[in-house]
Amino acid sequence: MEYFTELFFSGLTRGSIYALIALGYTMVYGIIGLINFAHGEIYMIGAFTSFVVATVLSIYGFPLLSIVLLAGLAAAVWSASYGYTVEKIAYRPLRHAPRLSALISAIGMSIFLQNYVLLAQSSEFQPFPELIPDFDFMEPFAHVVGSSDLVILLTTALVMVGLTMLIKFSRIGKAMRATSQDRTMAMLVGIDVNKVISVTFIIGSALAAIGGMLIASHIGQINFFIGFIAGIKAFTAAVLGGIGSIPGAVLGGFVLGLTESFATGYVSSDYEDVFAFTLLVLILIFKPAGLLGREAAEKV
Amino acid sequence: MKKSVVKSILAVALGFGLAAPSLAADTIKLGVAGAHSGDLASYGLPSVNAAKLVVEQVNANGGIDGKMVELLVEDDVCKPEVATNTATKLVSDGVHVVLGHICSGATKAALPIYNNAGVVVMSPSATNPDLTQSGDYPNFYRTIASDDAQARTEVDFALNVLGLKKIAVIHDKGDYGKGLAEFAKMFLDKSGKAEVTLFEGVTPGAVDYSAVVQKIKRSGAEAVIFGGYHPEASKIITQMRKKRMDTIFISDDGVKDDTFIKVAGKYAEGVYATGPKDTSSNPLSKKAVEDHKAKFGSDPGAFYENAYAAALALLNAVDKADSTDMEAVRNALQNNDVDTPVGSIRFDQIGDAVGVGFAMYQVKDGQYVEVK
Repeated sequence: MEYFTELFFSGLTRGSIYALIALGYTMVYGIIGLINFAHGEIYMIGAFTSFVVATVLSIYGFPLLSIVLLAGLAAAVWSASYGYTVEKIAYRPLRHAPRLSALISAIGMSIFLQNYVLLAQSSEFQPFPELIPDFDFMEPFAHVVGSSDLVILLTTALVMVGLTMLIKFSRIGKAMRATSQDRTMAMLVGIDVNKVISVTFIIGSALAAIGGMLIASHIGQINFFIGFIAGIKAFTAAVLGGIGSIPGAVLGGFVLGLTESFATGYVSSDYEDVFAFTLLVLILIFKPAGLLGREAAEKV
Repeated sequence: MKKSVVKSILAVALGFGLAAPSLAADTIKLGVAGAHSGDLASYGLPSVNAAKLVVEQVNANGGIDGKMVELLVEDDVCKPEVATNTATKLVSDGVHVVLGHICSGATKAALPIYNNAGVVVMSPSATNPDLTQSGDYPNFYRTIASDDAQARTEVDFALNVLGLKKIAVIHDKGDYGKGLAEFAKMFLDKSGKAEVTLFEGVTPGAVDYSAVVQKIKRSGAEAVIFGGYHPEASKIITQMRKKRMDTIFISDDGVKDDTFIKVAGKYAEGVYATGPKDTSSNPLSKKAVEDHKAKFGSDPGAFYENAYAAALALLNAVDKADSTDMEAVRNALQNNDVDTPVGSIRFDQIGDAVGVGFAMYQVKDGQYVEVK
C-alpha cells in the first residue's frame, strides 16, 4: 500500500507539471486554433530565468522565501514577455494565413529559442539551486512524498483555482471565452481580440515559467533542451484531456503522469512512454476530442 | 642488488639469444594495419606515428639483437572485407608481428589469416570482448581494456570490496549505458554471490525519476549499478537521497565527470564511478607525447599511447623471445613486464593487458578520488 501511495504521489507530481505546461497549449489552441510548439521553450526560459535570479539573490544572501517568490515572479514576467513577443512576431502576421504556415512558424520559433539559449548559456547541465527546502513537518513522510512534491501539488492546485476564477468571473476571462467561441463575432461586439490573444499568451507563458521553476528545483538541474521533452509530454496531456479545454488539460496531465508512474512501478520503466502513448492512441480512437473536449460540429 | 642480478641474468639470456639461429630474417618486420584513410583514419593514423617513433628509437639503439626493425604499413579502412586483403598482403610480405588492427570488426576478420601464418597481433584499440574471451584468437593481444572491463571493475568492486548481496542494475537505454548494464548483470549472475534485484532502463530527459527510485527501494537493493551518463545519474541520485535512501551508487566513466559533482552537489558525495587509470603523470607517456610533438608538430591523436605501448610490447617480446616464432613471442608477452606509456604491463592467457584499464573512484569532498 505504501508503494502504491508513493507511486501515486510521484504520478501526481509529474502530472502537475504536465498540467501547468499543458494549460498554455490548450488556452492558445482554444483561442486561435494554433499549436504553439514554442511553448516548451517558454517553459525552459522560465526555468533559466529563475535559475539566474535565484543564483544572484542567493549570493546576496536573501532569505529563501523571498528568493523563491522573486525568482518565480521574475520567471513569470520574463517568460510572459517572451510569450507576448513570440506571438507578436511569429504568429500575428500569420493570423489569416493557412494554419500550416503558423504551425511551421511555431516550430521555427521553438528551434530558434532552443539554440538561442544554447548559445547564451551553454549546452552543459547547470546545477539548479534547491529552492524548496525540506520542511520539518514533512520529515516523517519524506520517504514517501518529498517537500518539493507537496509544494508542486499545492502550487498547481492554487494556479488551477485562480485560472478557473479568472476565466469564469473576470471581464478578460469572459472576453477570452467569447473569442474562443467565435472570433469574428467577438470583434463585432467590441472585444479587442488582439489584446485577448496577447493576454492568453502572457498567462500561458507565466504558468509554464512557474512550472519550469518548480520542476527544475525538484530535479536540481537544467539545460537548454529540457523544454523539448516536457513540451511534447504536456502537449500529449493537452490532447489527451481534449485540446482547448482547460479542465481537460489538467485532467490530461494527471492521467498521463499517473499512467507513467504506475507503468514504471508495476511493469517496467522501459515501457513508460509506450504506456503513455498507447493510452493516448486508445483515447483518441474512442473519444477523438479527448477526455473533456467538445466535439466540434463540422460547419458546412 | 636484486635488480642487478635480474639484469645480469637477462644479459646472459640475451647473449644466448644472439647465438640462437631462430632469428634468421635480416630485419624484424613490424606490420602496422588499421584505418589510415577514410572516415575513421583519425583512429588509425596515430598508431602509425607511434610505430614510427618506437621503431626509430629501437633502431637508433642498435635494433633488436643487431637486427633493424622495418615498418610495413597497410591500410584496412576499418572494413572487415578489406582487412583480410591487408592481412594477406602483410603475411606475403613476410611480416613478423603486427600492430593493429584498429576496429574490432576488421581485427576479427584479419586474425585467422595471421594465425595461420603464425603472426602475433596486438591492437591498441579493438575493444570487443570476444576477441580475447572467446578463445578463438590465440595470436591476439591488446593494450586497451575490453568493453566489459568497466562492468567487471564495477562488479568486482561491489562484490569483493563492498561485499554486497543485492544489487539493482539501471541503465539509460543507450548503446553505452545499456551495454555496460548488460555486462554488469551478466557478471553478477555468473558470480552467484549477489542477486540482481532489478534490471531496468530509464528514459533520458524525463522530468522525474521518482517512480523508478521507489522501485529500487522496494526491490531491497543495497546498491545501484547505473550504466549511462551524468545528467540521469545526478537526477537519480538526487531523488534517492531526497527519499532518504542511502543506497550505494556505483557508475561508469560517463558519470566520472566534474559536471556530475557540480550538478548533484552534496548528493554526489560517496558515489562510486569507474574511470580510466590516470597515466598522464607517467614519464614514458609524457616522453611519448613530447616526441610526437617534436617529430610531427602536433598533438597525438586517439589511442596513440596504447599504440605506442603495443609497439614497445611487441618489439620487447621479440627481443626477449629471441625469435619471431608465435609461441615464443606469446610466452615472452605473458611472462615479461614492459614499461609503457600506459604503465608497466604484461599480458594474461587470453591476451588482455594486465594493469591497463579502469580504476574505481569515489566522490569525496566534491572531488573524485581513486579508491585504493
